[in-house]
Amino acid sequence: MATMQTKSAARLMMAPAVIALLLWMVVPLSMTLYFSTLNYNLFNPAQTPFIGFTNYSFFLSDPAFFTAIRNTLTLVAGVLVITVGGGILLALLLDQDFYGVNIVRLLAIAPFFVMPTVAALVWKNMMMNPVYGVIGQFLNFIGVGAIDWFSNAPLTAIIIIVAWQWLPFSTLILLTALQSLSEEQKEAAEMDGAGALSIFWYITLPHMARAITVVILIQTIFLLSIFAEIYVTTSGGPGLQTTNLPYLVYAQALLQFDVGGASAGGIVAVILANIVAFFLIRIIGKNLDA
Amino acid sequence: MARAISTRRKLTFTAIGWAVGLLIFFPVLWTILTSFKTELDAISIPPKFLFFDWTLENYVTVQERSNYFRFMMNSIYLSLGSTFVGLLFAIPAAWAMAFSPTPRTKDVLLWMLSTKMLPAVGVLIPIYLVFRDFGLLDSRVGLIGVLFLINLPIMVWMLYTYFKEIPGEILEAARMDGASLSKEITHVLAPMSVPGIASTVLLSVILAWNEAFWTLNLTTSDAAPLTTFIASYSSPQGNFYAKLSAASTLAIAPILILGWFSQKQLVRGLTFGAVK
Repeated sequence: MATMQTKSAARLMMAPAVIALLLWMVVPLSMTLYFSTLNYNLFNPAQTPFIGFTNYSFFLSDPAFFTAIRNTLTLVAGVLVITVGGGILLALLLDQDFYGVNIVRLLAIAPFFVMPTVAALVWKNMMMNPVYGVIGQFLNFIGVGAIDWFSNAPLTAIIIIVAWQWLPFSTLILLTALQSLSEEQKEAAEMDGAGALSIFWYITLPHMARAITVVILIQTIFLLSIFAEIYVTTSGGPGLQTTNLPYLVYAQALLQFDVGGASAGGIVAVILANIVAFFLIRIIGKNLDA
Repeated sequence: MARAISTRRKLTFTAIGWAVGLLIFFPVLWTILTSFKTELDAISIPPKFLFFDWTLENYVTVQERSNYFRFMMNSIYLSLGSTFVGLLFAIPAAWAMAFSPTPRTKDVLLWMLSTKMLPAVGVLIPIYLVFRDFGLLDSRVGLIGVLFLINLPIMVWMLYTYFKEIPGEILEAARMDGASLSKEITHVLAPMSVPGIASTVLLSVILAWNEAFWTLNLTTSDAAPLTTFIASYSSPQGNFYAKLSAASTLAIAPILILGWFSQKQLVRGLTFGAVK
């Protein structure tokens, strides 16, 4: 029968992608899970005894772990506040009709396409350097005095850099949502004497609520994995001040060769991301039905 | 006209809009300007905006000292290679999902997207060890494999949304007219799916070009793309702002231009249809 044939053909066409992703996800993840129960150090790879949950109890009782968790969450929260707040304002601005709005849109989304290592090094040296950086010179000029970002507020510096990279993403999505808002509704509210602020509060913001939720979820997933910006600017320092969970796992595994402990950290990172992914997948699933 | 926008209002927004846009763009603009300065002008106090001795020497130096071209070629190989392999896997899968959906299609698609949400550090160690044991560290083949896999869910998703827009009736009409399967593909389906495939390629190339977790962890020199090369400027020796700027300008220019064409694809590809 034809339908049976198309069905098996469809399965055959999907098989390579499904198998590739299955291998990519299941095999390494179960290896990480397995490693996390071993006393496995790359200096002594011949001896890898099973030690159960010891890595987890070590890792979870390590003060570095809690510092890393705190830094990870601070980084995510800080970037979200800037990108969502700034993104709403920027989307409202770019939704206006003014001279050259299309060019301004291009300028405003440019940071998203700058590779992370370039963004981080340009900001660290040419923007934030206390002597030669443009921000430092500007702050000196207006009499505030330059800030040595990477010595005195390293995590804030990272947050600013990452927020600059992600602001275009939230802006673009919120702008897309904004453009689907009907003009009539706003006009009707205006006729009824509603001011700009109450239109924003009672019409525009509720209309954008769903897009804002999606921006928060998607960005959280990507921001939990921030690595390159830290790797090239601070290497997690000074001390542990900018070490987040991905950097801690990297350092534990590839700098200290503790595979078991790092694997336990990796599993914790996966669990953290899964909490967010759970909600995101539900929203996506609902939209697929509609 | 429903609503007349006053000229004053428009001019006010023009001023605010341009000021904000230029402020956000400033670090990129500054990098481009600095790439044409001498190292001395690059660190002058107060900073020099346009009135300096324009020079191309940084571009020459960067190429001569570090063989910049090699890293650029690696970036091109990796982003095009992973995109090409990705298409081979993604087109059939998305095709089947769009044209012969089963009750399970949605679950498979959601599951694929969920793999994109797996944090890379969760699989860093096994991948690193497997690469080490198979001699794949710092090899282009190995990295193409990883980049293709991390972008595969997005590629399947994008192609699926584009293929779904192709009306099924057209296929039936072609079949009624007695078109064979190969004719159906070459004359009907291929032309209609080209725009969707092009958009997918665009986004995949951009994401692969800028990928900076696996490239930093799995390459050192032979297979190192621009992300890794630029990272080598993190431990600078002496004056280097102008050279960093020249290397950075070359690294971001092609993607910036591609990126400006890809605004819509970006929203579509990275939100998985959660925003409409």
